[in-house]
Amino acid sequence: MVGYVARRVAGFLPVLFVIISLSFFIMRLAPGGPFDLDRALPDQVRANLEARYRLNEPLGAQYLRYVADVLRGDLGPSFRYPDRTVNELLGLGFPVSLLLGACAMIVALCLGGAAGLLAGAHRNAPLDYVAMSFALFGVSVPNFVLGPMLMLLFALALGWLPVAGWGTWRHLILPAFTLGTFYAAYVARLTRAGMLEVIGQDFIRTARAKGLHESAVVLRHALPSAILPVVSYLGPASAAVLTGSVVVETVFSIPGVGRYFVASALNRDYTMVLGTVIAYSALLLVFNLLVDLLYAFLDPRVHVQ
Amino acid sequence: MWRQGLLITMMATALAYGAPAPLRAQEQVFRINNMVEPESLDPGVVTGVPEHRILSNLFEGLTTTDPKDLSPRPGMAASWTVSKDGLTCTFTLRDALWTDGRPVTAQDFVFAWERVLNPKSGAKYAQQLFALKNAEEYNKGRVTEFSQVGVKAPDPRTLQVTLKNPTAYFLDLTSFYTLYPVPKWALDAHGKDWVKPGKIVSNGPFRLSSWVPQKELVLEKNPRHWDAASVKLQKVIFLPTDDINTGYKQFVAGDSDWVPTVPPALLDAAKSRPEYYVSPYLGTYYFRFNVTKTPTNDVRVRKALSQTVDREALTKFVTKAGEVPHTAFVPAGVRGYEGPRGLGFDPAAAKRLLAEAGYPNGKGFPKVELLYNTNELHRVITQAIQQMWKEHLGVQVELVNVEWKVYLARQSGLDYQISRAGWIGDYVDPNTFLEMWKTGGGNNQTGWSSRRYDELIDQAARLVNAKDRMRTLAEAERILLEEMPVLPLYTYVNKGMLSRKVRGWHPNILDQHPLKHISLER
Repeated sequence: MVGYVARRVAGFLPVLFVIISLSFFIMRLAPGGPFDLDRALPDQVRANLEARYRLNEPLGAQYLRYVADVLRGDLGPSFRYPDRTVNELLGLGFPVSLLLGACAMIVALCLGGAAGLLAGAHRNAPLDYVAMSFALFGVSVPNFVLGPMLMLLFALALGWLPVAGWGTWRHLILPAFTLGTFYAAYVARLTRAGMLEVIGQDFIRTARAKGLHESAVVLRHALPSAILPVVSYLGPASAAVLTGSVVVETVFSIPGVGRYFVASALNRDYTMVLGTVIAYSALLLVFNLLVDLLYAFLDPRVHVQ
Repeated sequence: MWRQGLLITMMATALAYGAPAPLRAQEQVFRINNMVEPESLDPGVVTGVPEHRILSNLFEGLTTTDPKDLSPRPGMAASWTVSKDGLTCTFTLRDALWTDGRPVTAQDFVFAWERVLNPKSGAKYAQQLFALKNAEEYNKGRVTEFSQVGVKAPDPRTLQVTLKNPTAYFLDLTSFYTLYPVPKWALDAHGKDWVKPGKIVSNGPFRLSSWVPQKELVLEKNPRHWDAASVKLQKVIFLPTDDINTGYKQFVAGDSDWVPTVPPALLDAAKSRPEYYVSPYLGTYYFRFNVTKTPTNDVRVRKALSQTVDREALTKFVTKAGEVPHTAFVPAGVRGYEGPRGLGFDPAAAKRLLAEAGYPNGKGFPKVELLYNTNELHRVITQAIQQMWKEHLGVQVELVNVEWKVYLARQSGLDYQISRAGWIGDYVDPNTFLEMWKTGGGNNQTGWSSRRYDELIDQAARLVNAKDRMRTLAEAERILLEEMPVLPLYTYVNKGMLSRKVRGWHPNILDQHPLKHISLER
C-alpha cells in the first residue's frame, strides 16, 4: 500500500514536468504579451519593463530559469498584480475554491445519491420519473444560466441569500448548488443504473432469503456495490468541479483560483497561467490517486499493489 | 423532504439577516462596485480607472480635483505660483502628515517622481511625467543624473518644478496618481509589500483598512488627514465584481451604492429606475484606418466610408444609452476649446468620392476587413456599420473579431485595414486626444503622418496664451479630420446606478467622484 502510493507519487513528477514545459511554450506562442496595453507603452518604457521581468532573454534561458524556480517552489511574480507573487495569490485562492468544490461535491453526492437510490428502488414508478426528470434538468442547464437564475429567485425576488460575494456560509449556498447540480444529475443516473444492475444479482436474493428487511438489503448490501460507478466518476467529477468553478466563481464573484484561470490567460499573465495550471494538474493527479485507493477499499476484488 | 428543510432554513436565515440595511446608512459606509480587482495599490505602478477610484482617496497629490468641474484645487500644496513664461511652478506644501505621523515633505514627491522615471523601475505610466524638463531623456537613459530633471526640493515645504514646455494642464496632472508622493521609508522597510494592510503608509483622506484580493478592499477615514473635519464617510468598501450582470444585481439587491456601468442587455430595465444616471464622458469611440494598405490608403475612400455612417441612427438604435453622435475627434465639453466639426452623413457626396477613387457603386472594391475585439457591443456596432456601407456604397466589409491581446498586437503591428477603437482622455484638454496622432506616436497605429500636424502640436505645446494654444490645437484637429486616418463615431457616456441616498456626487466628464465630498443621507 505505502509502496504503491510512493510509486504513484513518483510517477507524478514526469507528468508535471511535461505539463509545465508544454504550457510554457504554448503560452508564449499566443500573439500579444503582458505589456500590450490599450494605451501603447513608449518603446523605452516597454523595454525597461521587459528587462525587469527578464522577458528580453532568449526563450530557452527563460524556460530553464522558470523550471529552476518551480523546483524551488517559487512560481514567480504576477505580471498583472505586481504587488503579489503567484504563490501568494494561489495560497489565498485555493482554500476558497476547495471549500466551494467540496460543498458542491457534497450537494452532488447527497442530492444525486438520494435521487438515484429512490429511482432505482422504485423502478418505473412515479418517484423514478420525478427523480430522472430532475436529473435531465440538471445535465441540460449550464451553470452560467442556472447561477443567474438562482440569483434572481433567491437573492432578488425572495431576498433570502446574498447575490454574490464571499465571507459567510450564506454566500456559499447558491454557488454550491449551481456548481453541484450538474454532477448531482450524473450521480443520480449512475446510482440508479448501479442499483438496477445489483438488485437482480444472487447475493441480493440471498440477503432477501435470509429474511432481512428491505431497507437493510438496499442500504447494506446493494448500495456499496451500486455506487462503485459513482466512485470511479468521483475523480473526473472533482476535476470538473474545480475547473467548472471558473464560471461559478466569476458569476458569484468568489475569490477563488478559478477567477485567475481564464483571466490570466487572456491577460497573458504568463507566470499566473503556469502557476494555476501546475496547481490544478497536481490536484487532479492526487484526486485520481485517492479515487483508486477508495475503489480498493469499497470493492474487495480490487487490490492495490 | 430535504427541500422543505432547506426552505425552512432559508426562511429562518432571511429573518435573522433581514435588518442591517438601515443601520449601514447611519454608519456612513459607501459601497462601490469597482468592477475588477485593482492591479496594485502602488501609485507608481497603476494605470487603470478602477485603481484611480481607490488611490485618489488613499493618497493625495499636490492638487486635488473639484468634484463638479474637475478644476485643480489645493491638496498637499496649499498654494502655488507659475512663472510668466509658464515654465516654472513653485508649490508651497501645507502641514500634512502621513498615516504614520511623519510630515509630508517635498522630498517625498522628488523620491516618488524619480522612482517612476527611473528606467530600472519599468513604470508603465512614466510618460505622465514627461512634461518635466529632461524627464523623458532620463527615462530613456540619455540623461543619467536625476539632478538634471526639472524637480527640486530646496526645503521640506517647497517643491520647484521646471517644465519642458509651458504645460497648461500640468496642474491637472498633479492630481493624478502617478505624481503622488510615496513614503521612501515604507518601501525600504517592506519592499513591494509596502502597500499591504498594516504596512502601507499613505496621506489621503482615507487609509487602508483591509484588502482581500477578489473579495473586497476597505478604506476607512484617516483621522490624521489635514482636512479630516470635512470627510463624512467612515468607511468605503470596494467590491471587485467583474461580471457586470452580477454587479447590476448586487446594486438592485441593495448590496452596493454605486455601480459605474450597466450591462447593455439590461439597459431598458435600468433606465426605468430612478437610480439610473447618464452623462457625457471624455472619450471617443472611433475606427482607425490603416493608411498603408489599399484601399484605405486613399483619403477619398476614407471620407466616403465616414460620410455613409449614420451616427444618429447608430446611437439611437444600436448603442441606446444616450451616446452623443460625433464627427470630430476631441469630444465636446472640453473647457475653452472650439474644434472643427468634421464630415457628417452625406451618402451622395460619399458615392461621388468613391467613384473618383475608382470604385463606382462599389465595383472593384477590394476585400476589406473590419477588426474588433470580441465584445457584444462592438459586434452590434460593427454589424450596423457594415450594413450602412453595403446599403449606401455597395461595398462589402468583412467583420473579424479577435481576442483582446491579439487585437492590440494586430493594431500596433498595422496588421489590419479598419479597426474599432476607443480613446479616453487622461486630463481635460484637447492635447490628450491630439498628441497621439503625431508621426510615429505609440498610439497612432494607423501609419498616418503629417509634418504640418506635428509642427502644430509642438507649437501649441510652447504657447503660454491659452486662446492661441486652443486655436493652434483646433487647426491641428482640422488637418486630422481633413486627412481622416480616423473615423469618429460618438462621444462615450458614463452610465451607471447610484443610490439615491448619496449626496455630494456630481456627474462630470471624467466620472471622477472624490469621496471626501460624498456623504449618505440617513
